[in-house]
Amino acid sequence: MSDAQGLPGLLGHFSYFVTIFLLVAGLFIVIARGNLIKKLVGLSVFQTSVYLLYIAPGKLVGGTAPIINPAYTVYSNPLPHVLILTAIVVGVATLALGLALVVRIREAYGTIEEDEILLQDPGAATEDEVR
Amino acid sequence: MSVAAHLPALQVVLPLLAAPLTVLLRRPGLAYAVAVAASWCTLAIAAALAMQVAGSGVVSYAIGNWPAPIGIEYRVDALSSFMLLLVSGMASVVLPYARASIEREIPAPQHYLFYTMFLLCVAGLLGISITGDAFNIFVFLEISSLSTYVLIALGRDRRALVAAYQYLIMGTIGATFIVIGIGLLYLMTGTLNLADMGLRIGAVSGTRPVLAALAFLTVGVSLKLALFPLHHWLPNAYAYAPSAVSAFLAATATKVAVYVLLRFYFGVFGESQVFGRLPMAQMMLVLALAGMFVASTVAIFQTDLKRLFAYSSVSQIGYIILGLSYDSATGLTASIVHLFNHGITKGAVFLLLGIVVASVGGVTLLRVQGLGRLMPWTSAGIVLAGLSLIGVPGTAGFVTKWYLVLAALEKDQWWLAFLIVLSSLLSLVYVWRFVEAAYFREPRKDLVPARVPPSMALPAAVLVAAVIVFGLDTTYTVDPALRAAEMLLGRAR
Repeated sequence: MSDAQGLPGLLGHFSYFVTIFLLVAGLFIVIARGNLIKKLVGLSVFQTSVYLLYIAPGKLVGGTAPIINPAYTVYSNPLPHVLILTAIVVGVATLALGLALVVRIREAYGTIEEDEILLQDPGAATEDEVR
Repeated sequence: MSVAAHLPALQVVLPLLAAPLTVLLRRPGLAYAVAVAASWCTLAIAAALAMQVAGSGVVSYAIGNWPAPIGIEYRVDALSSFMLLLVSGMASVVLPYARASIEREIPAPQHYLFYTMFLLCVAGLLGISITGDAFNIFVFLEISSLSTYVLIALGRDRRALVAAYQYLIMGTIGATFIVIGIGLLYLMTGTLNLADMGLRIGAVSGTRPVLAALAFLTVGVSLKLALFPLHHWLPNAYAYAPSAVSAFLAATATKVAVYVLLRFYFGVFGESQVFGRLPMAQMMLVLALAGMFVASTVAIFQTDLKRLFAYSSVSQIGYIILGLSYDSATGLTASIVHLFNHGITKGAVFLLLGIVVASVGGVTLLRVQGLGRLMPWTSAGIVLAGLSLIGVPGTAGFVTKWYLVLAALEKDQWWLAFLIVLSSLLSLVYVWRFVEAAYFREPRKDLVPARVPPSMALPAAVLVAAVIVFGLDTTYTVDPALRAAEMLLGRAR
């Protein structure tokens, strides 16, 4: 990482800066927002940033698509793309399940704001003792 | 090739295929039969694999016949087979129990989906334990996590939904941290095979991306295993999930996460890097102790028994991580044994609490007043399992505490041995809360406990018996754990 000093090095790592910005921004939204949908949006941004972390290093400068051809000697690495296809599927499934849960939460509580939900359920396991 | 050669693949494929089958069958009775049959078959396969491992050392299986570093390898060694037995064993005990339990807790149209999700969760947990491929761990982790979120949301209280949502957020952050860690490792070593990674990491040992990977993996897995400051999802998830789900998760999910941590720490990074380059041992020690004391103290003040024992789980995870932080064979043995001992103990507790829910409708301390007279067997079972949580000699919990204290004394850390015993006293206090309510209070007049079918009583009795048996005879727990610990440490040296 020592070549990251000086402008050319910094520019050379720009994909990492984009990745890290998206990563931190996504995580910040998850923590800072009380709206359940916004949290999921943040979570998606957070997950998507990791796709970039995997895919960017797979590309070699001057490398071509990994289809064997005598004219080329340098190929890009296809494996990260395949891994990330799987990760995208996982991300979509997570988002879908998260949204489904939010729909059910809204049916049960009538709101999707975290603080309003917490207000409706004061304390833990009390309704049983009121009787 | 014979079936025996394909056992490692069948171990995961069987529950994975049985899951959609339950959706197609739809009838709850049929789905139940398929689920139970599948779980018993996985237990048989896990036992057969354990025999193979005991006989010939490591069993390696190349998925699709692609050889190891390129293709995905399933690798069963002493530690994996230990985890496979725990997960499939708990599934085989909990699934027969589940039918009568969910009939009382989940609306009928969702019954067959419960079995689907349960089998997917089992498949995911088994997959994590058996695979030798780093990215595969992430995929199976998400299979098990996504099905877990659904299982928790099936709880009858609306707070189950919020608990499931919170777990989804925390779990996904954890899983994403794990992918980042694996990605950085892949960038530095150029391989995803765990064994291969362990060999190649020497060349890049101590570089910043590798240390960053270590940090990301530690935080991500710690979220999954509910290490002390990252445990907030756990109490609600266990408290509001259906009883059968609480029992299965408490016994397996966090344990498998600990397995992932052990795999990466000792199989990939190597102890010199984990404990030498970064102050991991000290950090883990502090967090483990904090978890043991804070979570136990919080548990004392709970009024809902499911929450009480959920907090107790957080403190028990402290013991597991404490053993890991010693970085010695005895300490690791204690950790690995406790994965099993705490698994069966907490499984027993939550199955028994499920019986209480089914017969008196709830498990708050006010509701279980006089339970010792109304349901003597169930109460006695909870007390016995509670004694194991405290670590009374003759129970499974004592075996772990014994090795933890031994490991502390090996390092001449008397104060640590003292703290372990002190935290056991805290467990005594929260178990006493149940004893006081159940045995020293008059039963409520309006409570008439409903009878529970033997399909619920029997699995719970089996686990309580296991708590005692494995407390008296340690041949089948400590010996494999010792082998696993020596393998982990030998691999790193």
